[in-house]
Amino acid sequence: MVNTQTHPIGTYLKIWGLLFLLSTLSYLVDYLQFQGLLRWGLIILFMLLKAGLIVAVFMHMAWERLAIMYAILLPPGCLVILVALMAAESNYTLLSRLLFFG
Amino acid sequence: MSTEIRPKAAAEEGMQGLVQDWSDDREVFRRVNWGKAMMWIFLLSDTFIFSCFLTGYMVVRSSTVEAWPNTSEVFALTLGGIHIPLVLIAIMTFVLISSSGTMAMAVNFGYQRRRFRCGGLILLTALLGATFVGMQAFEWSKLIEDGVRPWGNPMGAPQFGACFFMITGFHGLHVSIGVIYLGIVALKVLKGDYEQRGDYQIVETAGLYWHFVDLVWVFIFAFFYLW
Repeated sequence: MVNTQTHPIGTYLKIWGLLFLLSTLSYLVDYLQFQGLLRWGLIILFMLLKAGLIVAVFMHMAWERLAIMYAILLPPGCLVILVALMAAESNYTLLSRLLFFG
Repeated sequence: MSTEIRPKAAAEEGMQGLVQDWSDDREVFRRVNWGKAMMWIFLLSDTFIFSCFLTGYMVVRSSTVEAWPNTSEVFALTLGGIHIPLVLIAIMTFVLISSSGTMAMAVNFGYQRRRFRCGGLILLTALLGATFVGMQAFEWSKLIEDGVRPWGNPMGAPQFGACFFMITGFHGLHVSIGVIYLGIVALKVLKGDYEQRGDYQIVETAGLYWHFVDLVWVFIFAFFYLW
């Protein structure tokens, strides 16, 4: 088998640096006490960027063939449905609690 | 009857390649070692487990009528007389990211057949992982001292403890298993087992597991600690 996963060390060091930067930024979101939509937006943005960098570069997904990319990255999409259903459900629970036990 | 012998189809790229790989009546994941493919599938299943925990956390947090404890304060430490919010978690995050960096380089040196650098970096990764678990143990004992229990705590919503112990505990278990796993792989690298076989694929497969542990922490850090 031909191994295709040899990349210059510099690539990893750059990604490492970026991950440090993004972690610092997400820590600052808390440190500077950003609130509301700005806070949640920034947290999600930095989280997705970090996750993307780890999967794409450290886990070499960027250099794999589409066959495995889709096989691994598409199924977690189902989770969006689970989260949406559970968000609706927990809203209902909260409303019932406030109405009947409040 | 003459049978035409077709040359082995060359691997197409893009969507064409995707369809070809899945319909070729042969192994689907071309150029992917079986161990690596299976590790990916295991990680996919693990993704679902952690997602169920995090979704459960979302459900109890958004349906509770009591205030959720302010994690920024719960995980604050006073270092040298200065009160710093969430500081331990920030350090843990940096340690885990660094361990991911050293692991990525270890895989690289493995493929370059520089086994002492490779083995050394894997050991360093395991050491950073053990440091992470150590800090987590400190965090747990501090919270237990503060009266946080799976069924209640003095700071607010009782569900906080259950989520905290379950999510960070399960993640910590993954890190601990990873440390053992990496220790074994490092020994085999240093002993020269893979050198003899001429195949360092196992290092990359172990690396996938380790990066996944870091990946899960990214989500826990965002949703549990920062939210």
